[in-house]
Amino acid sequence: MLNPAEPALPRSGDDGPAERRPVSPAPLPPEEVRARVEARLDEARADWLRRALADAAASAAVSASPAGEPVSADPGAATSADTGTAAWERHFASAGRHCGRHAAGDVRVLLLHAARAGTATLTRLYRQGTAAERTAVLNALPHLQLAAPAGCLPLVEDALRANDTGLVAAAVGPYAAVHLDAHGWRHAVLKCLFSGVPLQAVAGLAERARGDGELARMLRDFAHERSEAGRQVPEDLHHVLDIAVTPAHAPEGPARTPESRETPAPAEAAPQPPEEI
Amino acid sequence: MRIFDPHIHMTSRTTDDYTAMYEAGVRAVVEPSFWLGQPRTSPGSFYDYFDSLLGWEPFRAAQHGIAHHCTIALNPKEAGDPRCVPVLEELPRYLAKDGVVAVGEIGYDSMTPVEDTALAAQLQLAAEHGLPALVHTPHRDKAAGLARTLDVLRESGLPPERVLLDHLNETTVDAAAASGCWLGFSIYPDTKMDEHRMVRLLRLHGTARVLVNSAADWGRSDPLKTRAVGDAMLDAGFTDDEVDQVLWRNPVAFYGQSGRLELDAAAPQSGAPPTTHEGNSILRGGE
Repeated sequence: MLNPAEPALPRSGDDGPAERRPVSPAPLPPEEVRARVEARLDEARADWLRRALADAAASAAVSASPAGEPVSADPGAATSADTGTAAWERHFASAGRHCGRHAAGDVRVLLLHAARAGTATLTRLYRQGTAAERTAVLNALPHLQLAAPAGCLPLVEDALRANDTGLVAAAVGPYAAVHLDAHGWRHAVLKCLFSGVPLQAVAGLAERARGDGELARMLRDFAHERSEAGRQVPEDLHHVLDIAVTPAHAPEGPARTPESRETPAPAEAAPQPPEEI
Repeated sequence: MRIFDPHIHMTSRTTDDYTAMYEAGVRAVVEPSFWLGQPRTSPGSFYDYFDSLLGWEPFRAAQHGIAHHCTIALNPKEAGDPRCVPVLEELPRYLAKDGVVAVGEIGYDSMTPVEDTALAAQLQLAAEHGLPALVHTPHRDKAAGLARTLDVLRESGLPPERVLLDHLNETTVDAAAASGCWLGFSIYPDTKMDEHRMVRLLRLHGTARVLVNSAADWGRSDPLKTRAVGDAMLDAGFTDDEVDQVLWRNPVAFYGQSGRLELDAAAPQSGAPPTTHEGNSILRGGE
């Protein structure tokens, strides 16, 4: 399932749905994530983390053996009681009570990385996961070397159907920047604006948005709809519209064209809640 | 007045309720899994429901400054439906989740042999997962139902301090108190208990091991009944500390036995979108 020599991200020229790829998605390396987590844990919790990661690494070693896959290739098959659940998957579920909720997101990403979780495992953990677990699966995707690089795209698409802004934000990370097709990516950007997710969450924003005339049209239409209703236009919208109306091969940063400034927020508009969908 | 409602079905309530609850002092809730008001027809219906108790509903509560946890179980009304019983096999993977602080609601509805089996099996699951159990006492034939419940509890091996007997009233409180279990009272506009009867029971039995809840759901019910009890206690001469014991410290002590309570809910989101969810800043969502 896992090939250590395989690049984490598809090479230029790979077949894939994305019409344009970002230059270099760069999630924080797992080593730095681990250092950040351990700095926040007391000794007992850090000890739990070490043992949990060891269990995950042991599982990865089994999966790398010639016997291969420890989990079903069918994402729906391994769904029964947890008597057969790998120890590290139990740690994945219980990370919050062992390390504290605020560290649990990073801990879960580290567990997935240490276990070298593949598409079938990730899909099962996502589908059977709490919101926090699903978020961790999405955040782990750019750290993992998947045999089929785009195999977890359905998880991103599922999260983009959600109304939980934490899930939406996690869905638009570097993995989505590489693998979402143009239509899906544009709608992801629009959903972030629509639901109040700051566009800093969108990985590869400048690379993918630049010169995207269709995205610019969608942004202008959205701004027009908000303005007509007397509602505030998200400030982030102007930022991405500036990028979208910049020619794809322009040497400089996004141009401040008159067009991109045609959709100012109503001067008197007060902050408003995110749209209900 | 800080309030922890230890039994409320927020899935059936509106955002206006969340706002009113916060204004009344509610900062934490536990949402027991139960039935929908009509029978489910397949196990999958339970799984979507359980997933919402571990995903969407905590998110909704957090937007209003309220910490949300849940209890998971095959509920008494549906424990006798063969279409739903396979849910028992899937419960372990839910009971492993961080947001689950008890097995519940379990207990009797019609006191059938099938319900016996489901109750015993789920008490065993609570013991195996280190969780307390929220035990519903039946609405019909309540005193006999409680006696049978206590028999099953004694055989279960789950210690009484890990059990909350719910929906108690004047006719069942003595037997429940003698069992050593925690005592739960649901305060309703018309049925079950009201805040004034609750105050009379508190005078008789004291505030130790007593929890009061609104059990608010899709029926005629009131999510502010916990606050009404607090106000009635103060009017009757109970101290602020006694009110805090009943409305906050007792539910924290009971569900805290799970080791999974996280009560540091964020301030309510007033108009602005939430900036954090489950401890993850959405500003660093791409990490």
